[in-house]
Amino acid sequence: MSDTYTLYNKTVMDHFMNPRNMGDLPEADGVGEVGAAACGDIMKMSLKVENGRITDARFKTFGCGSAIASSSMATELIKGRTLEEAMNFSNQEVVDALGGLPPVKIHCSVLAEEALKAALEDYLKRHPESAAKTGAAHHPEAVTA
Amino acid sequence: MRNVYLDHLSATPLLPEAFEAMKPFFLDAYGNASSLHQHGLRVRDALAKARTQVAALINAESADDIFFTSCGTESVNLAVKGVAYANRRRGNHIVWSEVEHPAVMNSVEFLEKEGFTHTRVPVDPTGRVRLDALREAITDKTTLLCVQMANHDIGTIQPVAEVGRIAAERGIPLFVDANSSAGWLPIDVQQLGATLLSLSPHRFYGPKGVGVLYRSRRARLVSILHGGIQENGRRAGTENVPAIVGAAVAAEVALRDMNQRIAHVSRLQARLWEGLRARIPYIKLNGPEPGPARICNNINISTEFIEGEGQLLLLDLNGVAVASGSSCVSKSLKISHVLAAIGLDHALAQGNLILTLGRDNTEEEMDYVVQTFAQIVEKLRGMSPMWDEFQRGIIDSVISPTGRGKSFSEHAAAVSGKPAH
Repeated sequence: MSDTYTLYNKTVMDHFMNPRNMGDLPEADGVGEVGAAACGDIMKMSLKVENGRITDARFKTFGCGSAIASSSMATELIKGRTLEEAMNFSNQEVVDALGGLPPVKIHCSVLAEEALKAALEDYLKRHPESAAKTGAAHHPEAVTA
Repeated sequence: MRNVYLDHLSATPLLPEAFEAMKPFFLDAYGNASSLHQHGLRVRDALAKARTQVAALINAESADDIFFTSCGTESVNLAVKGVAYANRRRGNHIVWSEVEHPAVMNSVEFLEKEGFTHTRVPVDPTGRVRLDALREAITDKTTLLCVQMANHDIGTIQPVAEVGRIAAERGIPLFVDANSSAGWLPIDVQQLGATLLSLSPHRFYGPKGVGVLYRSRRARLVSILHGGIQENGRRAGTENVPAIVGAAVAAEVALRDMNQRIAHVSRLQARLWEGLRARIPYIKLNGPEPGPARICNNINISTEFIEGEGQLLLLDLNGVAVASGSSCVSKSLKISHVLAAIGLDHALAQGNLILTLGRDNTEEEMDYVVQTFAQIVEKLRGMSPMWDEFQRGIIDSVISPTGRGKSFSEHAAAVSGKPAH
């Protein structure tokens, strides 16, 4: 690999080729699916939540290499965070952890953030008591699968 | 690692004979063709020979009808703008097909800002220009018709000879963009009734940095690049002599080997598509079936439930070089306008790949590509929420509808809040 040219950096290529946490959670506590109107990519995220903390996350993505890598990285970053921390998650964290994305691909990391937020919304809808605690606002545009 | 190059539409390797012919024009015969001393005259002689070699490839009436430019795009710009401006007093209307290359499309759109008008002629679902619509589009003010030889994306061979007859009846110049197809099918400008035709030598084993424009003396053409009086005053600028010499040798060999190349590549095209169709469910060939309606070296496929860039990247990691018309691959995040013009569902345009074959590809390589691609599709479908939702009956297939679930587009619109373009 060292003497070949790749479209993305090593970290992005690694997450694309060997995605972490790919799949579904059979007994997910929250599931979100979002699409990017700009390009047509679709991302789905499933979360397991215990005692106000994300204990597990899975993704499935219909999209380009950077969309797959962004969702893989987002699931890695989000595990272990409290709901409140997760509500403040920003796509920039994904971009930074991936060591940067081409400008035209930044929206892939935004999609990962939106998928996470949609999954959190779904969880909070199912657990209104947690919603009160985190003070989370409801995002009406998020649609759950 | 394997090295299977299936992107001959982007570039081809330089023919060794062309490379050899070019060599003396870098270090030894470095003169400028406009100079009057022996260095200039030697180069002028080489250019004259090159013009004859290129004229033969397309059966031009005269070598004087061949102009050398810097690339295929410049040839298109010169043809479209040069004819439009030359005929401005007669009319200001251009008729062109909606599947033309961006070089034509963006030249016409530039002219629109300059006060010209135009009509975009639709195509049928295989990408073939609708002749009835083309006839209807012509007005008394039409000064140029633009129809490509074969489509650069989906390989559809256009009814250029029929368009040529219409052009002759109405006395309107016909520009044929053969940039993506020259060298891969026989072209006879006289038989076609083409008044202008562009060639791109790096698509048929010539070098980059050179383009060709054929122009019959029946068509008026003004220069768009102003300066000296090179190329008979139609294209200012010092000629790129080594590239022109290489292009001419590539043209000569393309003509000599045409039948053999077409036979070989057609066989590979059929084998590749048959292999893919047999191995991979929910896959579609865009454009006509391999045969007389399709150029011999192009396969354009849409694989459902997965996106094209991921397919391209994984093929590349397995040594297979291809292209894609997916929005994720495009710098504008838009799907190929050709795929939109044939009415391809957005989901299928997203899963698009373009494979263009060449003379050095082998049957064994086609089998390797089929095998590798089948594994890649399986991997990406395993990661795709759409594949999973299709299995569960939530969304339906566009290629082979089961009648269960909503369409991909409806689903995508619901989860994105907006319809995909």
